[in-house]
Amino acid sequence: MDSGFRLFPEQGSAEAARVDALYYFLLSVSGFFTALVCVLILFFVVRYRRGAKVNRHNLGTNVTLEIVWTIIPLVLTMVMFGWGAQVYFDMRTPPEDCMEIHVVGKQWMWKIQHPDGRREINQLHVPVGRPVRLQMISEDVIHSFYLPAMRTKMDVLPGKYTTMWFRPTKPGRYHLFCAEYCGTSHSQMTGELVVLEPDDYAQWLRNAPDDVPLESLGRELFQQFRCHTCHAVDQQTSRCPPLEGIYNSEVTLADGSTVIADEAYLRESILRPAAKVVAGYKGVMPTYQGQIGEQGVLQIIEYLKTLEGASPASNQE
Amino acid sequence: MSIDVRPTRNYLNANYSVWSWLASTDHKRVAILYMISLTLFFFVGGAAAVLFRLELMTPPGDLVISETYNKLFTLHGVVMVFFFLVPSVPATLGNFLLPLMIGAKDLAFPKINLASWYLFMAGGLFTIAAIVVGGVDTGWTFYTPYSSTYSNTNVIATAVGIFIVGFSSVFTGLNFIVTTHTMRAPGMTWFRLPLFVWALYATSLIMVLGTPVLAISLLLVAVERLFEVGIFDPAIGGDPLLFQHLFWFYSHPAVYIMILPGMGVVSEVITCFSRKRIFGYTFIAFSSLAIAVLGFLVWGHHMFVSGQSIYAGMIFSFLSMFVAVPSAIKVFNWTATLYKGSITLTTPMLYALGFIGLFTMGGLTGLFLATLAVDVHVHDTYFIVAHFHYIMVGGMVMAYLGGIHFWWPKMTGRLYPEWWGRISAVLIFFGFNLTFFPQFVLGYLGMPRRYHAYAEEFQVLNVMSSAGASILGVGYLLPLAYLIWSLKYGKRSGPNPWRAKGLEWETPSPPTTHNFVDTPVVTGPAYDYLPKDEGELEERHVPVESAS
Repeated sequence: MDSGFRLFPEQGSAEAARVDALYYFLLSVSGFFTALVCVLILFFVVRYRRGAKVNRHNLGTNVTLEIVWTIIPLVLTMVMFGWGAQVYFDMRTPPEDCMEIHVVGKQWMWKIQHPDGRREINQLHVPVGRPVRLQMISEDVIHSFYLPAMRTKMDVLPGKYTTMWFRPTKPGRYHLFCAEYCGTSHSQMTGELVVLEPDDYAQWLRNAPDDVPLESLGRELFQQFRCHTCHAVDQQTSRCPPLEGIYNSEVTLADGSTVIADEAYLRESILRPAAKVVAGYKGVMPTYQGQIGEQGVLQIIEYLKTLEGASPASNQE
Repeated sequence: MSIDVRPTRNYLNANYSVWSWLASTDHKRVAILYMISLTLFFFVGGAAAVLFRLELMTPPGDLVISETYNKLFTLHGVVMVFFFLVPSVPATLGNFLLPLMIGAKDLAFPKINLASWYLFMAGGLFTIAAIVVGGVDTGWTFYTPYSSTYSNTNVIATAVGIFIVGFSSVFTGLNFIVTTHTMRAPGMTWFRLPLFVWALYATSLIMVLGTPVLAISLLLVAVERLFEVGIFDPAIGGDPLLFQHLFWFYSHPAVYIMILPGMGVVSEVITCFSRKRIFGYTFIAFSSLAIAVLGFLVWGHHMFVSGQSIYAGMIFSFLSMFVAVPSAIKVFNWTATLYKGSITLTTPMLYALGFIGLFTMGGLTGLFLATLAVDVHVHDTYFIVAHFHYIMVGGMVMAYLGGIHFWWPKMTGRLYPEWWGRISAVLIFFGFNLTFFPQFVLGYLGMPRRYHAYAEEFQVLNVMSSAGASILGVGYLLPLAYLIWSLKYGKRSGPNPWRAKGLEWETPSPPTTHNFVDTPVVTGPAYDYLPKDEGELEERHVPVESAS
């Protein structure tokens, strides 16, 4: 984050280099056509100025020319589309081996939770070289998590998880901005991304030995809200569906449809249980909307992920 | 030899009373009412820009507080978009010229035309009132749930103002469509229409089809604020992205409302001052319609990072690319029109050529935003701010001013001082580029838009931008001064000082109340400029009546 004058931003990841390559391509195409149009206009204005003795024999409309300058932009823009879509697809598809970090946006701060429970505000520490996937949600209005050095951003919505990922390749400190206007102190909702060498990162994690892992915090909440009285972890009861192995499993609903129990489904079932009732059960669970904050919901989901299924699948850690 | 160019009665001196203006259904008087009101709104919006460009000279927020800054950019956006750009060319030049260009005595519905101005003023005053009693801070985009639940400012009053002004757009659009279909003079076939009329027609289609959706969206925001019905706020069961879909379904086509009429102006000016028929008439005419239709299919390109699905993003990116084709066709055809012309760099021509250059840059940078991977980085940064100002200010405002200068003699019967006109056109061109080109760089560097305070490394480019804005401001004040001056002291222009083609130039300047004594009969194509005109042109600046 050096503050000298520059025309192009720092590249903090390999994906940033891919975006820049596409940007340079667009710059050259645009530069060429802008120059072409400007040079032609200036040339015609001088050569065909009133009073100049030049041949003004008029050709009229030329259909061949019209077709040529229809096809050329069409082909060029299709190249831009294809190239842009390919890079975009990769930017939106996280690799398998991501470390996962939770982000909660609220007016006007970023609250960040690492898997081992380390929490920070307006700072995001990550190790160099590892892909990081951010699972994000807002507590109020729409925000947008923007890391210019990684050339990526994603809106952070209330009521719905969004994700983004990046793989930093260079240690350093980079800008973190909120890019979606979110009210009075929008321009203060900034922070920094701190990319550390793996050893430094391990050291940084050790600096806060009191941190409790997220799933432990989740278990505490699970008990505090007395979820276990109905969703008994050890035995099946008739009132509520069992939660062992629930994460990423297929759930059949009362209307016969099925859903995958991902983070979005689990969050909805905690906050608005009546929205999707599991087949064979009555919708007796009360709503927890307004009682558990978004960070708490994320912690409970982390806890649910650790519950082993009755028929252990291969996806256990 | 020329005829006496000053009829005893024209639309301006027919009656001098205030009431005769406020109750006039003459399309030319309504156009003048619009022009005066739009000028006021333009300088209100511009004043807000002056204040926030001053604020942005330094990285910390030190001139005004954040609330004020947010209200300033909201005021600037709301006033400039809804109360200047959308009505600009259609409501002033379009109102004045459409009947004259097609050989009609007025628009199809003169009373509705006057009513549209009253609606416009009612909406405008409502919005100004909302600003005076405390302002609104949602940005002109009114994104939910901020606007519907969280903002403590006058959202509803502003939304009501925009809701009302929307009806004025619909009235104007409807009037233009019916007029173009039913009131063309004998012989004025569709493909003999000036391209300005084609552009107005395409614009009117968008106004009529798109504006109701905006009105509905803002109504829903108001309903959610007032009655806490869960529409957009997920906390009460709504969906925040629904608003973005509805808003951009209107507001992307609205971007084309803010450029198509300008393209029409440019076609008129370029042909006149290169003494040539337009190159590729039908291609330009149909490209206007193509832009209008495509405009309704690309709204999702505003939502590539909103949480919309990857595949929806790809389809919207694909469709958005097609907008480049009709835009490129227009630019190439205008440029080709210059070829083998007989070119003079008058004030309107300088504005029109400036338009082509700036619109080309604005259009090409639109491709950066349509390209998915690049948009993820530059979305909601200064890159987009620069891009749409190149289209709306570099494009539309240049075209508006070019058109005002081109038809000023027709509207007022007076010539403005030509050299002052050229100076203003050049000042605006350079001031504009100095203001907005640095913002492309700022955007790619990552400076988000709507930031009251910013990181230090962005300061140099921001100072350049503010310096450019001060030049731009002077450039805009100049025409205001000399055009008003010319009303009293300008030379009389005669009916056709540019020896331009088109039915409007066959009427006296200013035209009589009912435009034409006898309904004209059209026998040839538009822009029937002939090489033999060249000899006559040397006397262009000699006012016609003194030559007689």
